[in-house]
Amino acid sequence: MRVVLIVVLLLCSQLVLARGAVHEYQLDNGMKLIVKEDHRAPVVVTQVWYRVGASYEHDGITGISHVLEHMMFKGTKNHEAGEFSRIIAENGGSENAFTSRDYTAYFQRLEQSRLPVSFELEADRMRNLQLDESEFAKERKVVMEERRLRTEDKPTSLTYEQFQATAFTSSSYRNPTIGWMDDLENLQLDDLQVWYERWYAPNNAVLVVVGDVQPDAVFKLAKQHFGPLKPEQIQAPKPRIEPPQPGQRRITVSVPAEVPYLLMGFKVPVLGTAADVWEVYALEVLSGILDGGDSARLTRELVRGSQVASSAGAGYDLYDRQTSLFLIEGTPANGQDIEAVEQALHEQIRRLQERPVEAGELARVKAQVVASDVFEQDSIYYQAMQIGRLESVGLDWSLMDEYVERVNAVTAEQVQAVAKKYLVARQQTLAVLDPLPQDPGKKPRPATPGDGHGH
Amino acid sequence: MGIDLLNRVVRSGGLVGAVWLCSLGTALAMPPIQHWQTTNGARVYYVPAPELPMVDIRVVFAAGSVRDAGLPGLASMTNHLLDKGAAGLTANDLAARLEGLGAELGSGSLRDMAWVSLRSLSDAALLEPALEVLQQVLGQPDFNALDFERERERTLVSLREDEQSPSTIAEYRFYRVVFGEHPYATRPVGDAASLQRMTPEDIRAFYEQYYVAGNAVIAIVGDVDRKAAERLAERIAGALDDGKAAPAVPVVAALEDASEERIFHPSTQTHVRMGAPGMRRGDPDYFPLYVGNHILGGGGLVSRLNEEIREKRGLSYSVYSYFSPMAQDGPYVFGLQTRNDQLDEALEVMRATLKTFHEEGPTEEELVAARKNITGGFALRVDSNSKIVEYLAMIGFYMLPLDYLVTFNARVEAVTREQIRDAFRRRVPVDHMATVIVGGEK
Repeated sequence: MRVVLIVVLLLCSQLVLARGAVHEYQLDNGMKLIVKEDHRAPVVVTQVWYRVGASYEHDGITGISHVLEHMMFKGTKNHEAGEFSRIIAENGGSENAFTSRDYTAYFQRLEQSRLPVSFELEADRMRNLQLDESEFAKERKVVMEERRLRTEDKPTSLTYEQFQATAFTSSSYRNPTIGWMDDLENLQLDDLQVWYERWYAPNNAVLVVVGDVQPDAVFKLAKQHFGPLKPEQIQAPKPRIEPPQPGQRRITVSVPAEVPYLLMGFKVPVLGTAADVWEVYALEVLSGILDGGDSARLTRELVRGSQVASSAGAGYDLYDRQTSLFLIEGTPANGQDIEAVEQALHEQIRRLQERPVEAGELARVKAQVVASDVFEQDSIYYQAMQIGRLESVGLDWSLMDEYVERVNAVTAEQVQAVAKKYLVARQQTLAVLDPLPQDPGKKPRPATPGDGHGH
Repeated sequence: MGIDLLNRVVRSGGLVGAVWLCSLGTALAMPPIQHWQTTNGARVYYVPAPELPMVDIRVVFAAGSVRDAGLPGLASMTNHLLDKGAAGLTANDLAARLEGLGAELGSGSLRDMAWVSLRSLSDAALLEPALEVLQQVLGQPDFNALDFERERERTLVSLREDEQSPSTIAEYRFYRVVFGEHPYATRPVGDAASLQRMTPEDIRAFYEQYYVAGNAVIAIVGDVDRKAAERLAERIAGALDDGKAAPAVPVVAALEDASEERIFHPSTQTHVRMGAPGMRRGDPDYFPLYVGNHILGGGGLVSRLNEEIREKRGLSYSVYSYFSPMAQDGPYVFGLQTRNDQLDEALEVMRATLKTFHEEGPTEEELVAARKNITGGFALRVDSNSKIVEYLAMIGFYMLPLDYLVTFNARVEAVTREQIRDAFRRRVPVDHMATVIVGGEK
């Protein structure tokens, strides 16, 4: 144990070196600017984060945040459709955007002297988007193709979508980010106009810049481009707090597929909702104990040990905006059935509840967290993502600096305590992908070698 | 962790591993590449990066699936088993040692190459024991029968998972059709029949032939000075037998006819792959073909194919074309996916767009814009240690000149419209292309 402890201390001593300075500014119109210096290469990444995403949507318009994200490339008063991308490309840049449940973000990566190009274009489309009916008609088709690609034709994605819709009843986390197909079909241009005006304003945006820049010069440039933009009255979305779950939920997804799959989730607090902050970091460590690397329990014991699973994983995101899920998934090994995987996963949970994790396991999770914190400094894009993700859900970016320390403070007893408190049947939702034959002419491949599926 | 929690939806059609396929320009923020050989013949490529207290090491072997020799999946399984037991330590032991140091071990294999990578903090007290595990994994793998059988079973499950994906089915079938009898034709991960035939002895023999210093390239980037890098390289290569370089990959034959194949899949979309053998690394036509394709279908959100298929008609979320240059001619691939009943229209537009480009070449404006994009974005391609170490490995593996990065922008700038038109006419057989179509009924 002594060796491991020394390693953790060594790891900690490396940290100070890796940190670039972060500077925070506020424009008069309410827009926040966060700049982090990284002078290793003459490049810069710009990210504009809007506090809007699928969890801000109400039924009937699901997917609207993501469709609007697509339309943000379709022209403004000053630039015609597609010009944004052409200008960025001609400046040697790469760009894209992404939408999640909690945020919508746009980014460009450029050689550092081209930063004004990105600011000019982003400021323009923050307030001057021109939504055009014929562009919308085409782009809606593109998004529907995207939905087919990502969800309709992917059995595990479809299972995940149904799983979320089952786990949450009142919370808007029940809706998929890309939207339900029928909602996409019935979306109107006016809906987009309203959504754009409601959320796209400087006082609902965070501008994150990381790279080979001087912070004060970036602030000056931001004032020049974003400063003149008018703020909006931003009305916060309704809270839509998920009520306590009254009991276990279980669904089966039967679609053409080859391999069965099990996904389970437990309602858990996140950093923004937790009454006791330590619980969140204990859940983070718990996730590492189960799936933090190849020596973690799920791979060690279920994939290589009992060989009941071909693969297994766990995950948790402490930076979600609302009460979220601690996820555990598994795929049966050849000759094993889904019930055996479920039993084995439940057995893992029982053990976490009954016995504190071993000191060596805990030390490994912590060692990885400390080292990752250095490795992540290798990517300026990732550094910007970290800042933006926190800010977009109303958390202060400086919380990321606490992360390592908070994880290091977690004890084996705390891990056991959150396992007991949260990983319980009452708060659990389970989804099973039960494959139907892919070729209608072929006999179904049994998901279980025995006699059917007992769920 | 195993689950993608972010559930993010991204706009672009970037299904292609752009970084690996694209190339570079100049304006180097990166110091020159240093190159030497270890005493037992491994080629080393090194760039110091003292800014962060970490080291990236990538050890590459000419040990991809092109060496499978009638047993598809052999190269891949060999690579996969390296860290599943070595020097008498179990997979759990090895992983626990590395993870206790915060180090990350990676491995993988493609058609030409197989690699093992290590990322560690540079403090000697952490790097030294991590390096020891790397030496064990590279130099003393156990290939136990039980580990082999378990991993074979897992691979069989993942092969069945692949059958759920129309895109993956199309991809593998496309390689089969384009490369015929050439070893590039098989899927690197193998197939059920070959995996059943495989034994630990096959794996041991493959390992002994190809995981040797004379067949290795070692790339090092990070917070180590030249002397330390030399010592690292000696220790890594020293874990390997001397051996010799793998024989050359056989030449790829051109397609003699056009072909079109349809495979049923119960999906709402139909996936298309179309193409032919394209070019190799270091190809004399590399630059005109690369720049030309950038304009036609490679430039991310801005390309002719994206404009015609996605922006004008809304037919596909992701449409692209790319050259995948390998030791011999890798494929030139065109791809898209569209709702089943739109297949004919999408395919027609894709073919017409290629045909027009083939006949007319790019416009002057397109060429200027592409040059600006490629050369102006050079700095982005080498802005992290992880990207630089991959480029070093690629340059070393394919024996590209050491000044490849330095001269890249100038060579892109020198490409003319006529060169692109000429190269496309000679090298892109529009009338002899293979098309693979996988999807459901209208």
